[in-house]
Amino acid sequence: MNKEAAVQVLNLTHDYGSRRALSNVSFEVQRGEIFALLGPNGGGKTTLFKILSTALIPKDGTAKIVGFDIRTQANEVRSRIGVVFQNPSLDKKLTVLENLRYHGQLYGLRGKTLADRVNEMMERLMIADRAASRVETLSGGLARRVELAKGLLHRPEVLILDEPSVGLDPGARRDLWLYLQKLREKENVTVLVTTHLIDEGDRSDHVLILNLGQVVAFGTPESLKKEIGGDVIAISTKEPEKLSAAIREKFSIEPTVLNGSLRVEKQQGHTFISHIVDAFPDLIDSVSLSRPTLEDVFIARTGHRFWEDQ
Amino acid sequence: MNSSFLLSASTLCRREIVRFLRDRSRIFSAVGTPLIFWLFLGSGVGKSFTAGPESGSYLEYYFPGTVVLILLFTSIFATISIIEDRKEGFLQAVLVAPIPRSSFVFGKLLGATALGLIQGILFVLLAPLVGFSWHIIPITIVMMALVAFSLTGLGYIIAWRLDSSQGFHAIMMTLLIPMWLLSGAVFPASNASFWMKALITVNPLTYGLAAVRWAMYGSSAAAAMGLPPVTLSLAVTITFGAIVFLASLVMTRRPT
Repeated sequence: MNKEAAVQVLNLTHDYGSRRALSNVSFEVQRGEIFALLGPNGGGKTTLFKILSTALIPKDGTAKIVGFDIRTQANEVRSRIGVVFQNPSLDKKLTVLENLRYHGQLYGLRGKTLADRVNEMMERLMIADRAASRVETLSGGLARRVELAKGLLHRPEVLILDEPSVGLDPGARRDLWLYLQKLREKENVTVLVTTHLIDEGDRSDHVLILNLGQVVAFGTPESLKKEIGGDVIAISTKEPEKLSAAIREKFSIEPTVLNGSLRVEKQQGHTFISHIVDAFPDLIDSVSLSRPTLEDVFIARTGHRFWEDQ
Repeated sequence: MNSSFLLSASTLCRREIVRFLRDRSRIFSAVGTPLIFWLFLGSGVGKSFTAGPESGSYLEYYFPGTVVLILLFTSIFATISIIEDRKEGFLQAVLVAPIPRSSFVFGKLLGATALGLIQGILFVLLAPLVGFSWHIIPITIVMMALVAFSLTGLGYIIAWRLDSSQGFHAIMMTLLIPMWLLSGAVFPASNASFWMKALITVNPLTYGLAAVRWAMYGSSAAAAMGLPPVTLSLAVTITFGAIVFLASLVMTRRPT
């Protein structure tokens, strides 16, 4: 294995007609890590996923996957990546076994190698007992496991998943992530996952936060959260503008006004809470204190909530 | 052609056939409808029909037309599956597999052609009932394969850009069925008015049907029916097949 990064994205820009979907996005994913592309819907994740999975040619810039250029060496890239789509990509009329077998053949596997790989993947993902079932009869969680088996059948170096936990119940989601972590640890597979779920960003080694096609933050979840100055205090009030001005004047800090409530980032949040409650008892309805999350990072960088545009 | 091309094309072709065999209603509609048309229309028109001094019964005249209708229905319905493949997501995975796009196109067209051919053959086995000889069957199958492939290619270039199978049905009724009606399948060009003759002459399916008739009737009887020459019929059918195949390849390139 060479020392190059698993994925290098270089100034990627893409638009659909006049709508800009990605704007000059660059980042690197190291080998053997779980990397999350986190962002609200419409942030550009899916466009990036399509480009990296070689389904779409970008308008400008390029990306390299294990050293191969997605523009000029698409087939080299394709044989080295496993792709798990957000929408099912299985043939529902075919059985689990047929789906896996046909997929393996498209990746050049045949004969005993193919049969062994199919059996191995079915064992590992615990779907062997459903080998002869048509995919249309499987539950969402089981079907997603078949998708994963399919994406891993040809032993890709990089696994790219688009919103893999959409439509899964909490148990199936947890299984999926445990499996991804095992895959990374045991086989050094690089996992690149798009998600709109904050906690999936937290489970990753690195997170890239995308908003409106632009990179708003990049780092480990811990380092990003550390950038937020201490604790996050949310204050609900009937008069956000008035309270905001009062806090600014008295404590010389700038609260953020979000959907009619105030947010303040502060070290030693609990002592600050008692100060402001003492200072403005009539203006405050309720106060909450929390450790910063990746959503707070998003708010700090963009000035609006993750779900605001939904 | 390397081995990965052949392996992936044959995989995709086999998938078409497996899917088809699992769907009984498709089997029935593709053979059943033309068969019913043939029986009712053929018997109904009966003796009021004449295609020339030596023409046989209408059941006989309409037989090759029915063969082509079966090919049209089956091949075209098989290409509608592209729309389903896209909707149900199967296509997205194939398009990021390390295979040339041409092998996807080829696998799809070959699969659809095979389906058309299998059903066409089932029907052609009835040919001796209306007076055709057993011996014509092998050469007829060769002609049918050419026609099925070109119709499949035509279906592919229509289906590739569509996102609903309703849209396809609309095109089928306004373009493909008239194309079949004006191919000499239902009535001979010799009896038609001038503008109809013009349409029949520019219709590529006229030549596909003529190739099937040449195979079934033999050269002297076919010549008496006023069909285009056999070499021209074959040339047009093969050229048309090649054009739609190339167009399918061009359309299937990776988007930007």
